[in-house]
Amino acid sequence: MLSKEDIAKRIAQEVKNGYYVNLGIGIPTLVANYVRNDISVEFQSENGVLGMGPFPFEGEEDADIINAGKQTITTLPGASFFDSAFSFGMIRAQKVDLTILGAMEVSENGDIANWKIPGKMVKGMGGAMDLVASAENIIVAMMHVNKAGESKILKKCTLPLTGVGCVKKVVTELAVLEVTPKGFKLIERAPGVSVEDIIKATEANLIIEGDIPEMKF
Amino acid sequence: MISRKVNNVQEALEGIQDGQTIMLGGFGLCGIPENSIAALVEKNVTNLTCISNNAGVDDFGLGLLLQKRQIKKMISSYVGENAEFERQMLSGELDVELTPQGTLAEKCRAAQAGIPAFFTPAGFGTEVAEGKETREFNGKMHVMELAYKADFSIVKAWKGDEAGNLIFKGTARNFNACMAGAAKITIAEVEELVPAGTLNPNEIHIPGIMVNRIFQGEKFEKRIEQRTVRQK
Repeated sequence: MLSKEDIAKRIAQEVKNGYYVNLGIGIPTLVANYVRNDISVEFQSENGVLGMGPFPFEGEEDADIINAGKQTITTLPGASFFDSAFSFGMIRAQKVDLTILGAMEVSENGDIANWKIPGKMVKGMGGAMDLVASAENIIVAMMHVNKAGESKILKKCTLPLTGVGCVKKVVTELAVLEVTPKGFKLIERAPGVSVEDIIKATEANLIIEGDIPEMKF
Repeated sequence: MISRKVNNVQEALEGIQDGQTIMLGGFGLCGIPENSIAALVEKNVTNLTCISNNAGVDDFGLGLLLQKRQIKKMISSYVGENAEFERQMLSGELDVELTPQGTLAEKCRAAQAGIPAFFTPAGFGTEVAEGKETREFNGKMHVMELAYKADFSIVKAWKGDEAGNLIFKGTARNFNACMAGAAKITIAEVEELVPAGTLNPNEIHIPGIMVNRIFQGEKFEKRIEQRTVRQK
């Protein structure tokens, strides 16, 4: 079973040379720590920065330079700032190559729910609806089951949707799943996790073809 | 040169009344017009509809107006940092319209640009699209969204001049640049107000025509919401 860091590490393998990448809050933010350093990648944060760098050194933090998680950040050479409308313009126009975000539920047709639990938790969708409606390539980082042990990989989402038919890939503590026109296809399993373990933890149907390799790190 | 300068925050906020709709710039606590918010608390205007990406935190930013129940309706994309907000919303005291962030920004920009409505793919197939016109363009479904109509827009910039020209710093540009000129009257509070001719026209982010009143804020706390650092 993977830790959150491992999930981020596995997703980092999907980040290719020349990509502009938007990282959501939570596990996705960690992906930046594991991207190979021999490739050129720029991170976009939807509050209005491209070319995001690591956290500042203590004492050098600037209230005017933050990411979408409201964390103080730095910028790298080549960085730029822009306003919110422009930022979502570049997202809608598909200039951003890869979007990585968290989810509460994902369904086998690629629907995603991650912004609201009716009557309980209403924090808002932030930029997630714009991102999932526009991005070509969307990878979800999430836990396979909730705290009660119930699957979050479903035939149909039960929570209010963030977007429809948009998720391309899901990486959980147990598996890598691809969303195909026929449903979830099991691509890789976490080290030490069996195909049966994954089937047991998954409410949706899984397409399983041949031997399923273990993830490599 | 047409001067947009007013002497202080009280003069800048003149005419704001109960029940009006006000846009406020900022993302989280970054780039919020904190002097104007403090003055709105003092002015005690109520029943406000506020359009702002976030709602501040409990004791800073728009949280201060929420504490005093001055806000009737909040239009935002993300409100997760404010416990009092969540309480008022779940209890029904506060009316909340959650809007995807890019749509919120574009609804401001459309108002700023004189465009009454636009189509976006964001929110199609979700409850955000309920009751709205949808239409297919290039094989993809889109939702029609209308430009905001607001009485006042209050933005914060780093530098400004007497002509109302604005320059932002870092990610504090965010919604400030989209809201300037998007309401009937735009108020800009700046960290540094300089005489016209001091700023380089090539470096202006928002031209003064979009700003009706500009003043230099008395004090900026510029609170950081998530102080994240690394060790040397």
